[in-house]
Order: sequence, then C-alpha cells, then structure tokens
Amino acid sequence: MENNKKVILDVKDLQTYFLTDAGVVKAVDGVSFSVREGETIGIVGESGSGKSVTNLSIMKLIPSPPGKIVGGEVIFEDQNILDLSEKELREIRGDKISMIFQDPMTSLNPFLKISTQMIETIRLHNKNVSKEEAREKSIKVLEDVGIPAARERIDSYPHQFSGGMRQRVMIAIALSCNAKVLIADEPTTALDVTIQAQILELIQSISKKYGTSVILITHDLGVVAGMCDEVCVMYAGRIVEKALTDDLYKKPLHPYTEGLIKSVPRMDTSGSKEKLFSIEGQPPNVIDLPPCCPFHPRCHKAMEECKHAYPPRKVFDGHEVSCWLYATDEEKNAVLKSIGSTEENDK
Amino acid sequence: MAKYIFKRLLGMIPTLLIIITLSFFIVRIAPGGPFDGERALPEAVKANIEAKYHLDEPVLQQYGRYLFDVVRGDLGPSYKYKDNDVNYYIFTSLPNSAVLGSVAIVLALFFGILFGVMAALYQNSWIDYLTMAIAVIGISVPNFVVAPVLQLVFAMNLGWLPTSGWYTTGEGYATIVLPAISLSLAYFATIARLTRSSMLDTLRSDYIRTAKAKGMKNSTIIMKHAMKGAMLPVVSYLGPAFAGVITGSIVIEQVFRVPGIGKFFVQSSFNRDYTLIVGVVIVFSVILVIMNFFVDIVYALLDPRIAY
Repeated sequence: MENNKKVILDVKDLQTYFLTDAGVVKAVDGVSFSVREGETIGIVGESGSGKSVTNLSIMKLIPSPPGKIVGGEVIFEDQNILDLSEKELREIRGDKISMIFQDPMTSLNPFLKISTQMIETIRLHNKNVSKEEAREKSIKVLEDVGIPAARERIDSYPHQFSGGMRQRVMIAIALSCNAKVLIADEPTTALDVTIQAQILELIQSISKKYGTSVILITHDLGVVAGMCDEVCVMYAGRIVEKALTDDLYKKPLHPYTEGLIKSVPRMDTSGSKEKLFSIEGQPPNVIDLPPCCPFHPRCHKAMEECKHAYPPRKVFDGHEVSCWLYATDEEKNAVLKSIGSTEENDK
Repeated sequence: MAKYIFKRLLGMIPTLLIIITLSFFIVRIAPGGPFDGERALPEAVKANIEAKYHLDEPVLQQYGRYLFDVVRGDLGPSYKYKDNDVNYYIFTSLPNSAVLGSVAIVLALFFGILFGVMAALYQNSWIDYLTMAIAVIGISVPNFVVAPVLQLVFAMNLGWLPTSGWYTTGEGYATIVLPAISLSLAYFATIARLTRSSMLDTLRSDYIRTAKAKGMKNSTIIMKHAMKGAMLPVVSYLGPAFAGVITGSIVIEQVFRVPGIGKFFVQSSFNRDYTLIVGVVIVFSVILVIMNFFVDIVYALLDPRIAY
C-alpha cells in the first residue's frame, strides 16, 4: 500500500481499560491506525466492539474512573496527545480535532440557543474574535452545512430543529474552528434513512472542500463502502482487519469481515429469496477475557489454536489481518506445543 | 407570555374557592365549637353570642356571608381573641415569619446549591461525604433539637448571639441569625441532595460531553451548560418550600420567641376559632398558589422547550 499523503493522526497500540467491580474490561486493547490528510478512515464493528471508546480516548474524553488509558500513543502534530495537560488538551479539542456524536437530539444543549453554542466555540479557540464576527462566521458555516435561512434561524433552540438539521448544526459547530480531524461517531444512526444519505454526503463534501480528515465510526458497512478510503474492522476491542476499502470488499481475509459483508442486504441479488446471512452468536463478554481469538466461538473456520492464543498480526500488501488462518506453521506449532505441554502438566 | 400569565392568574380563583369551601365546612364538622367551655353557658348567653357572630343562621347562609366578606378582604372577627379581628392577627404576625423564612430559604438555597454542586463535581470525595452527612442530619434531626443546641452553643456558651427575641421589639437584628439557621437546615439538606443528584444526571448527559469535546473548561461547562438543567428540580421544590417556610414554623417561633404566624396555625385549631383557622388556611393557600405560579414562570424562562 503506497500512500504519499501525510499522516496527520497516528494511533499506536492504544489500550483503554475500564476497571469495574466485575473485573477489567479491555474495551480497547492494542489498537493502531493512522489517519492521513484529507482521507476518510472507517472504523466498523458491532455495539461494544470498542469503536467509540477508541475515539473518545483520542480526545482523552474517557470518563475516569472507571475508564483508564493504560497504554499507547496518539501522535498529533508531533506530540503525544495522551501526555498533554488538561489545558493543552482543551486547545486541541473542538479546535483541531472535533467530534460529532450519534444522537443530535441529546448532543446539543437544549437550554441554549444555537447561536450561543456556536459563538462560544468560536470565541473559545479564537480569543480575539468579537461576538459579532463570531456570529457572522457561525451564520456562514450554518449556510455551508445547508441550513436554510441560517441568519433567521441561528437564534432558535435545538428543539426547534429536526433531527437532520440538528446533526447539520453539530457538524457546523465541529467545523467552526480549524478542524484538521473530524471524528464522526455514528453520525447517522439516529436519523431517518433519507436524511442519513444527506448527512454522509455533507461530511464527504466538507472533507473534500477543507481537506479535513475524517474518522467515521459506524456499524454499517454500506456507509463505509461509499465514504471511506480505508477501513478498520474492530472486534472485542481489537482491530481484526485493516485494509483499503476496495481490497476489504473484494477479498475480506478475516472470517468476521467476511460474515459482516455477507450480512449486508444487497440490491443486485434481487429475485433470490435467500435468507439474509447473519453471524451466529453474540459478541463475547469482554470482562477478563482469556487469551484467545475472541471471535472463535462464532467462527466457522475456528481451529484448535484459536482457542488458546490471540492470533498474530499479518500484513499482505498493506492488507492487515489478525487471524490464525494466515499464521505461519511455526507460530501455530508453537501454540499447539504450549497447550500440549500444559495438558501434560495437568496429567 | 402575557396571555399565559393572565390565564394562570384566572385559574387560581377556582382553586382558592375550593380550598375556602372545604376548610369552611371541615372546621364546622369537627366536634366542639368556639364557645364550648368546661361549664356549659346559660342558654340565653349562648344564644346572644351566636346571634352576634351569625352562628344561629343556616350554615349555607353563613357560608355565603363569609365568602362575601372574604372577597372584600375581610377575614372576619376572631372568636377567641376579642381585641382585634383575624386580619389584624394575620397581618401583624405574617411579616415577621416572612422575614425569618426568607432569610432561612436564601441561606438554604445558597449553601444547598453550593454544596450540592461541589458534591456532584467531586463525587465520592470527602466533600461529597461531608455534604451528604450534613444533609442526613439536617433531614433527620428535628428542629426542636437543633434550635436548643444552637442556643446552648452560640448564645449560652460562646455568647456570640442572643438566645431569643425579635428585632421588631428592639432586640437587634442579630436575633434573626439563630432561628434562620435552625429553620434553614432541613431545607438546605433537601436542596443539597436535589442539586447533587440532578447535577450528576446532567453531567452524564450527551450535551455535556459535547461541551467537553468543544474544549471548554470544566468550570465554564458547569456554569453555562449544566446549571440551567440541573436547577429545574430545585426550582420545582422551591415553590412549595418557600410557601411553607414564610408562613412560619411553630417550633422555631416558640423556641426563639419570634412573634410570627406559626402559633396561630395550632392555637386556632385548639380554640375551634373557625374564622382564624380558615383565615390562616386562606393566607397559606394564596401564598402557595402564587409560589407555584412563579415556579411555572421560572420553569418557562429556564427551559425553552416548555411552551405556554
């Protein structure tokens, strides 16, 4: 995979654990990916796979306690975000890295006017901008994201907007400063299907227009196909497969990814009355997970070694996968040998 | 807004009418009467008294007469205290209770919100535990215990404040301090607990996460983003609480010799003093209804989602 674009955000071996009474939840366990300038990277996974926690960790917004970032680095503009003080973090949050959330109904403050919520963000990160200038800029950004009659509507409250319009306002707030990276955490999950397409198009056009990099978190592979340059598939807190979008769709390597792609309803197989494919079983309970491939109970290709050790990461031509199917015989034998020896010890 | 206020004001009339009617008849259903003594009065004397107070008329006629007087602002003569009428007793004592109650509720509100917010911000820290401990004490220890203890410590032992008395009788404004503190403790406790729990709820909400993601300072988030939402439950508690606290507390007023309205609530019932009972009930309900009205207005001002 040759890519000359500059890496703008580099997540290395990120580990975020939640220390609960029931045990340690390794919500994110060794996640690495990098975001390049102007590109859109997708993070796909089921509920609870750790995709939102990954991105809250990037902003260091994990509620602590119980959450704790126990390891890894997030390199942004030559510094590790995770090492920054709260004050330095605040200068990045909402300015250079912005977030939009899943539910626009609850993510805007219902007690404050849209204008207040926009102006405060702009003035927070641009101290010498006057209220009037900030207001003008807000109106401009609102128009940019497609809010009709923005000048009249800017003094409305969030409840006076529809869901799609509110998500547009969220995007406008995220864009009102100098966002280099936009983290969109399931931005369309709470919206009607027709509105979903509009919001995704909006995010895409903004990314093109301003060169903003986008991290798109979603559980919808269909969304990823149309939007992203690169995709990370997450399962139980780890990235199981990472590839350019085309590669991933054409030849998924991990059985989980394969299952995910098969379970997307397709228009071109119309006429067939085949039942839609679904991956059997539930995502694992990640509390105190033993060392194993977490997907093995649901995997139809599961082998003995899958039950005993986490698969090594393999890279084939830029296509990354963590699955025992692609491990070398030596690696497999090492695992089998170690089980064999423990079994002997048991006797 | 103006139309809404007018409608609400109009709506108070039937409420008050029902309260007046119910209390008028309920006091008369209770056994005994204002002129029943240990020794029965001679028939002629009793007939004379009853004629003077129109108690010999059919009860519906009395009711009509009373209602007519109330509408004109006359709460009638007291059956027990012969020197003055009900209006006099109420309007000389109510201001004292109102001053005491207002000071108490302002104290409770200020410290309750302050401690409640701190407790929420530093959940499970010593300040949280301290606040909740004071709150439990404030709610569970009755004020007839709190009041004498305060008197003992701050008046008798330390001598900082007068034990009792009231400023209208020339004993200085310092007389307000101890009764106001004793009275405010229970309200402080409730407000602190309410503030803490609703602030915790608010801080967990999505829009607070948004504010954090925007890079705002914690203190700004609390003041600008969380406070309005977190105050709603406190506001709705405050209406009835304020009505209750400014209409006096029998215990506090007795212990600290405050010439307030509290004692009339109890004394008038013992005396079967019909007009005084109904009088204080009317005053209390008017204040309560007005307070609830204010609460609704404040609610509408705080929360833009509420339509009139």
